[in-house]
Amino acid sequence: MSTQTLPAPGAADGTRRRRRAPRAWLGTLPLLVFAGLCFGLPVGALLYGAVTHKEPGRATSLTGENITTTLHGAYLNSLTGSVELSALTALVGTVLGMLIAQAVVTSRGGALRESVLTASGVLANFGGIPLAFAFVATLGISGVVTQLVHLDTLGWNLYSFTGLSVIYLYFLVPLMVLISVPALDGLRPQWREAAQNAGATDGQFWRHVGLPVLAPTLLGGFVLLFGSAFAAYATAAALVGGSVPLVTLKIADALSGNVQVGQENVALALSLDMIVIAGLVMAVYLPLQRRSTRWLH
Amino acid sequence: MTRLRVRPHGRLIAAVALSTAALTALTACGAKSDTADAKTAGGVKASAATSVADFGTMDDLVAAAKKEGTLNAIALPPDWANYGEIIKAFEAKYKITIKNETPDAASADEINAIKSRKGQDRAPDVVDLGVPFNQSGAEEGLFAPYKVASYDKIPASQKDAQARWYNDYGGYISIGCDASRIKVCPTTFADLLKPEYKGKVALNGNPNKSGSAFGGVYAAALANGGSFTDIQPGIDFFGKLKKSGNFIPVESTPATVEKGETPISIDWDYLNASYSGEFKSKGLDWKVAVPTDGVYAQYYSQAINKDAPHPAAARLWMEYLYSAEGQNLWLKGFARPVLLPSMTADGTVDKSLVANLPQVSGTPTFPKSTDLDSVKAVLAKNWDKAVS
Repeated sequence: MSTQTLPAPGAADGTRRRRRAPRAWLGTLPLLVFAGLCFGLPVGALLYGAVTHKEPGRATSLTGENITTTLHGAYLNSLTGSVELSALTALVGTVLGMLIAQAVVTSRGGALRESVLTASGVLANFGGIPLAFAFVATLGISGVVTQLVHLDTLGWNLYSFTGLSVIYLYFLVPLMVLISVPALDGLRPQWREAAQNAGATDGQFWRHVGLPVLAPTLLGGFVLLFGSAFAAYATAAALVGGSVPLVTLKIADALSGNVQVGQENVALALSLDMIVIAGLVMAVYLPLQRRSTRWLH
Repeated sequence: MTRLRVRPHGRLIAAVALSTAALTALTACGAKSDTADAKTAGGVKASAATSVADFGTMDDLVAAAKKEGTLNAIALPPDWANYGEIIKAFEAKYKITIKNETPDAASADEINAIKSRKGQDRAPDVVDLGVPFNQSGAEEGLFAPYKVASYDKIPASQKDAQARWYNDYGGYISIGCDASRIKVCPTTFADLLKPEYKGKVALNGNPNKSGSAFGGVYAAALANGGSFTDIQPGIDFFGKLKKSGNFIPVESTPATVEKGETPISIDWDYLNASYSGEFKSKGLDWKVAVPTDGVYAQYYSQAINKDAPHPAAARLWMEYLYSAEGQNLWLKGFARPVLLPSMTADGTVDKSLVANLPQVSGTPTFPKSTDLDSVKAVLAKNWDKAVS
């Protein structure tokens, strides 16, 4: 959308400038209203619920109890469990995705590149319950591959932290490939030639030129993968139930179940914790993103 | 959406989806029509009627319900305790359409639906709740007191003294076992620890969420020296089962059972028993045993939404469920209806159906709701630690 307004015929420069500022602001109003309604309201409601307490027949009272509860015992466990799983899978996913992307970018065959990118686009969106059941059918206890290679005798267990990590990587790696290919394309061959002419080895090129330029993309990819894994719910719910402590599963237990009563506000407090963690991760990424645009565009 | 997607397209899609959702929410909130709550022949509003007498006769109640024409139900899975047949039978008998929303919803979702749709046409009229939710819902004033004709025959321990809820059907925690894959089926909790059951024992969900899985842990507690106020031995039992590699955290469903993923499943006996028949045609020999060392029974309860959009239909549904016909239909789904003792006494029970039930010795006792509160807190605190 263009924010430039044409000067009214015959209007003096001065008047135009004075009238332009409020108009530009007005232009963003729909966006602000939309953001306020669709993002602000839910966050407000969440915040309100997280710090209040209501008993039937009594007035609502302000309390820090919900948030304290989420930072103790099983709830704290689920938060650290989620962070561990997301950080590990995001790290492995970033490295693997970047390596695959590099292989694709340097390969000569255009067909390979096209097929890898298309496959990545599809697989990066393959999640939830269908993915869980695909894995159960192949790598579950009576899964085809498990039975064929006798994985169970090797100690393989799909319904564990390791199993869940493998499943998450199934959609995280393709996502990283999609993110890294444009960045790797942006690494100009001239830089490499220049480095070689100056007598740099491959290792030196990557250490002093390649990786510093790619660092923001790598970090950005990591953040995105982290968020993707952190917020994943359906796959884990279908697969491990309560045996791998994850914050999204805990929220579901508290909100919708046949056992726990009156835990809604704890669920809201847990969501608030999630927003804070996601915010902290984003805070690391944003300043670095500015640096990357300077080089790659 | 199941995962966070922050691609540019994702944002656009999310924006469109959100605004559509907001618009739908705004336009779909049709207010409850006033005509629904007409005065009955007895001169009382249908929503205030506390028994058939308030309508006049049973025929007056049927007429009032027929006039409303619809019953909003929620969370009634057709393959659970024969609800599919009960719904069809009710619809055929009274020519009233049942809108069964989200058959797989949980009790918490039902309570949420009552609260969030207050005064709307699509609020649920009746709810089928897990034990912890009937008492809390009644305390919050969500349910209408109503005494069905057979109210007095319901044992005192299984009903609210103010008739805001009463138990409907229940069953025992049982061990289902695929005899075509398992040589000797386990019949006690102690059996489950045997090394031959490695990687084979599952619960129907996470006990912090699923009522039947919660019952499974409770029964295991009773089998291992626990009590209604002490569930820790049950948690420890599953911890032991997990360490030995016998316990698998897969939520057992008919699908996982059929595929051999969960060859041993701890679940309500009426679910396990109904799977037996279903699986027979698929070549599976599904055996059900109520463990002799941990006998635990639990009932679900019915309640009427205080602000039911179809108050007469809601009351007719209750009368139907607690009639001999309704109770026998639950029995046909292998669930034990709450009136089973009185129906056995007066001979209205279908004896062939009783003979099909899994065998249990002794009479069940039930935990108090205060017991439940304390053990749930223990479970929430210690379950993850034990099985992860």
